[in-house]
Amino acid sequence: MELAEAIILSVLAASTPLLIAATGELVTERSGVLNLGVEGMMIVGAACGFGGAWLSGSVFIGALCGVVAGTLLSLIFAMMTLGLAVNQVASGLALTILGIGLSGLIGAGFVGERINPAVHLHIPGLTDIPLVGRILFGEDAFVYLSLALVVGVWWFLYRTRAGLILRACGDNHTSAHALGYSVLRIRMYAVMFGGACAGLAGAYLPLAYTPFFIPGMTAGRGWIALALTVFASWRPGRLVIGAYLFGAVTILQLHAQGAGIGIPSQFMSSLPYLATVIVLVALSRARTGGSTAPAALGTVFVPDR
Amino acid sequence: MQFVLEKRTERSNTIALVSPLIAIGLTIVTMSILFAILGKNPVAALGVYFIDPLTDSYSLQEIAVKATPLVMIAIGLSLCYLANAWNIGAEGQFLIGAVAGSWIAVKTQGTDAGHWVLPAMLAAGAAAGALYALIPAICKTRFGASEILTSLMLVYVADLFLDYLVRGPWRDPAGFNFPTTAEFDPVATVPVLIAGGRLHLGAIIALIVVAAATVLLGRTIKGFEIRVVGAAPRAARFGGFNSDQLILLTFAISGALAGLAGIIEVAGPVGHLQPGISPGYGFTAIIVAFLGRLNPIGILIAGLFLALTFIGGEQAQIAMKIPLDVTKVFQGLLLFYVLACDSLILYRFRLIFASRQVSRGAG
Repeated sequence: MELAEAIILSVLAASTPLLIAATGELVTERSGVLNLGVEGMMIVGAACGFGGAWLSGSVFIGALCGVVAGTLLSLIFAMMTLGLAVNQVASGLALTILGIGLSGLIGAGFVGERINPAVHLHIPGLTDIPLVGRILFGEDAFVYLSLALVVGVWWFLYRTRAGLILRACGDNHTSAHALGYSVLRIRMYAVMFGGACAGLAGAYLPLAYTPFFIPGMTAGRGWIALALTVFASWRPGRLVIGAYLFGAVTILQLHAQGAGIGIPSQFMSSLPYLATVIVLVALSRARTGGSTAPAALGTVFVPDR
Repeated sequence: MQFVLEKRTERSNTIALVSPLIAIGLTIVTMSILFAILGKNPVAALGVYFIDPLTDSYSLQEIAVKATPLVMIAIGLSLCYLANAWNIGAEGQFLIGAVAGSWIAVKTQGTDAGHWVLPAMLAAGAAAGALYALIPAICKTRFGASEILTSLMLVYVADLFLDYLVRGPWRDPAGFNFPTTAEFDPVATVPVLIAGGRLHLGAIIALIVVAAATVLLGRTIKGFEIRVVGAAPRAARFGGFNSDQLILLTFAISGALAGLAGIIEVAGPVGHLQPGISPGYGFTAIIVAFLGRLNPIGILIAGLFLALTFIGGEQAQIAMKIPLDVTKVFQGLLLFYVLACDSLILYRFRLIFASRQVSRGAG
């Protein structure tokens, strides 16, 4: 039972960065922009987040630094793809390459340092309930924030006028433009939101997951977050299921390695990546009848006047 | 004041030629600022980066050695990108090619196997790379799964697989527990061109690949089909070109070239299989492909230029203590600027000063 509780706690922790990054990317993609730079924004968010927390001694300021860093990087991407009508796939790759370099540069001074990780909630009485207490009432702020983010995004997309307009831009930018909406501005906000979330997700890693920074610590989580939006058919609710499933795969393979079941650790470590491929294939196959992706996803829009 | 893009009536050929140069210029300006922020003299740093490696024969050879895998991989990628197929997992195909070729080298080690070993290794590397690239291609054409994500995921898998082999079954028993195979036998090694030098046969192979790609794209129907499918998918459908088949073909070619580059790297400059055989060649090659305008000759020049940044980066680290990550920042910036300048080929930038009436859509 102790073990089950520990496993669930670590699954939640491993899933949270995926969920935050994927939620941001979902909004970006719903507006019709495919930003493949999530990994790059996350890793810079991780470096800046750790740097901010280490210098200020505050996890909150660290998280804020991560958000700002991710947003700034996403603005470069917005300038390229929206301002200059550059191919989104190539720009996203450029953002990732640049991000990996920048994070190494920024993080070089912090390697080997440690900080006090984000505190976990503790409500006397509630948190002490056996089994469920720590899972429900003993998480760090990021975990609660990630779930609030999903609910907020769902409410925004499906229950507000602005969300409807954003989805319209993603499905048919020409019509949205004809109705008088500024497609490029709406998309810019969506890209910035995606960048802020990716930066926060990256900052989560050195602020709460492990209390130190190592270069390349995102280890492909940004790419898995991209796959999650496909998994979720671009719906926020399903994102939660997807993120927790992937978190579970990550944690279970770690426990299997720890238990020493005789399978080489490298094979276990490659499971989350293989799972992503298999899930993408299975889901794409199930949907051959019609795509659920935003219809204008990844296409360039240049307004004519 | 407003900034707008205006479509040109026809693509500007002048800008197509000068845009990579503008991009390099802008990157160098940005890098100077970055050097100044890092507290280094920008002029001295740029000198170490771009001029010093060109002044001694060791560095010149080393540039060619580094350019060899970059050019080979980028040629394959350019075919994919021309056909609008996004293979970004060349790094994984490179590693799998290295593994497959090394398998022959490891199995024949210490036997009296003859000169067939190296050709067999190269063939195995290319075949394995092609097969590995076909996984995302088939996932794409059969099931519609995004080739971008699947090809990238397979990079991590290939990396872990190589790691397992050199720490487990293939580890050199006399290697003091280092994760590496034993040094390959002479028959399993790519010969150097100048005795005592570093330049090896792979450079010649890379040149042959460039020539072959030039012929393929400029003089054959297949090359024409690849370009049409990417540039005008509707026209290609009317023309009866099978785009699925072209995705498979371009992925297979690019995988084969990446795999070949992988085994050449291992059997040439490295000499044994170990983790970290690639400083990100598969990803840098994406930049090479775009900087070279997806054109074989352009890629050759771009490959040499990016190889220069690798060597310059290493020298700048030794001489001026500039972190190696600066090279990655440089490469990322360069790709951004190249893409931005390419936008000028199709569009004209306009600044509009007069305020215009904006009519909001009726609520």
